[in-house]
Amino acid sequence: MKNYFSSRTGIILVGAVIGALAALLQYLGNPPNMGICVACMERDIAGAVGLHRAAVVQYLRPEIMGFVLGAFIAALLAGEYRPRGGSAPLIRFFLGVFAMIGALIFLGCPWRALLRLAGGDGNAILGLLGLAFGIFVGVQFLKRGYNLGRSYPQHRSSGWVFPALMVVLFLLLVFRVSFTPGGPIFFSEKGPGSQHAPVLISLGAGLLIGVIAQRSRFCTMGAIRDVILIREFHLMSGVVALLITAFLVNILLGQFKPGFAGQPIAHTDHLWNFLGMVLAGLAFVLAGGCPGRQLFLSGEGDMDAAVFVLGMIVGAGVAHNFNFASSPAGVTPFGPLAVLVGFIFCLVVALTQRDQA
Amino acid sequence: MMTYKVDARGLSCPQPVIMVDRALKEGKTDFEVLVDNEVSRENVLRLLKKNGLSAEVKEEGPTIVIKVVK
Repeated sequence: MKNYFSSRTGIILVGAVIGALAALLQYLGNPPNMGICVACMERDIAGAVGLHRAAVVQYLRPEIMGFVLGAFIAALLAGEYRPRGGSAPLIRFFLGVFAMIGALIFLGCPWRALLRLAGGDGNAILGLLGLAFGIFVGVQFLKRGYNLGRSYPQHRSSGWVFPALMVVLFLLLVFRVSFTPGGPIFFSEKGPGSQHAPVLISLGAGLLIGVIAQRSRFCTMGAIRDVILIREFHLMSGVVALLITAFLVNILLGQFKPGFAGQPIAHTDHLWNFLGMVLAGLAFVLAGGCPGRQLFLSGEGDMDAAVFVLGMIVGAGVAHNFNFASSPAGVTPFGPLAVLVGFIFCLVVALTQRDQA
Repeated sequence: MMTYKVDARGLSCPQPVIMVDRALKEGKTDFEVLVDNEVSRENVLRLLKKNGLSAEVKEEGPTIVIKVVK
C-alpha cells in the first residue's frame, strides 16, 4: 500500500495540520506561542513529577502522551512497529540533556521557534538562525563519517515500555494523584504551567499529530539537514506549511502580535537566543531527530530515541535546578556556562563517534 | 562478480542516504542497498529518483533489498 503521507502533498498537509492545531490549542488555553512546544511540554512534565521545583512550569502535558501513543498506534496498524535499540544509548541520553539545556536558554524547541515567529515574535528569528547553524555544523560531521552505530532488533515487549509510561502519566493527570503533602504530582497555580487547553482536546490533538507525524516522518531538524546535506526539500515543505498555517490561523484568531520586546515567554538576548539553539540544533543532528521526531520514533519502538527523550526530561530538571534555564527576564549567570559545556560534549561526541567499517 | 552492496541495516536516517549518496558519487550505478525499515526505503528511493535512477525492491525477511536499476 502506498503511504500517502510520505508524498509531497502528504507532508505539506501534515505540517499544515500541526500549525493549525498549535494555534488553536493556544486559543483554547495553552500558553501564548506555545500551542505545541515539545521541549517546554517535557519540561512541564519534569516539573509535575518533581524533577525540578520551578512552580510556574509544572503540568502533565497530554499532548506529549498523545504524540507517543498516536505514533505507537499508527506504527502498529502500518506494520512498522519495530522494537530496536543499542545504538549508543548513554551518548543519546546526554545529547538529550544538552539539547534541552540549549532549548531552555532560547525558550523553545524548533516547533515553538516556528510558532513564536508565526505569532510575531521577532526573537524567534535568532533562534531559527541558530538552529540552522547548529544543524549546518552537525552536517559537516555527518559528511565526515559521524555515526552512532547500528541499532539491533529487541524483544517485542521492550517497545511497549515507553507507551506504557505515557499511559501512566495520563492516569496521574486524570486522577491528580498527590503522593505526599507538599509533594508531587505538582500542578502550577500560575504561570505557563497553569495555562492549558482542556485535557481531552490536548490528548486528541496529540494523538492525531502522533499518527500523521509517524506516517509522514515529519521532522524540523531533518528538514534543514536534508536541504544542507542533499538539497532535498521534501521535509522542508512540511515545515514551511506549519509556519504559514500557524501564521494564518493566528491572524484569524487575533493572536498575531509583531515585535521583539514584551513577547510572551521570551527574552531579547539575541546572542544567547542564537547560541542556545546552535547547541540544540547540533545535539538534534547528532541524535538524528528534533524533539518531536524523537517522540514519534519512541512510539514506533525506537528505544534509543526514548533514551534521548528521557535525557531531555532529566535535562529540564538540571536546567531549572541549576538555574541554567532562561526566563522572560533574560539569560541567567550560569546559562552560558552550561551552553559551553554542551558544545564541548557535542564536539567530542562528533569527533570520536565514527564509522566502524 | 559479486554485486556491490551498501549494508545500511540497523542504521536510521540520514545514514542510509549518506551511504548511497557516497556510492553514487563514486560512480557506482549497479549496486544493492540493504535496509531494514520503511523510512530508509522511502528516503533511499527518493534519493535514487532524484538522481534519475529507478529501483527494484524485494523483501527478504526483515531485510529490504533495493536493487538500483539504471
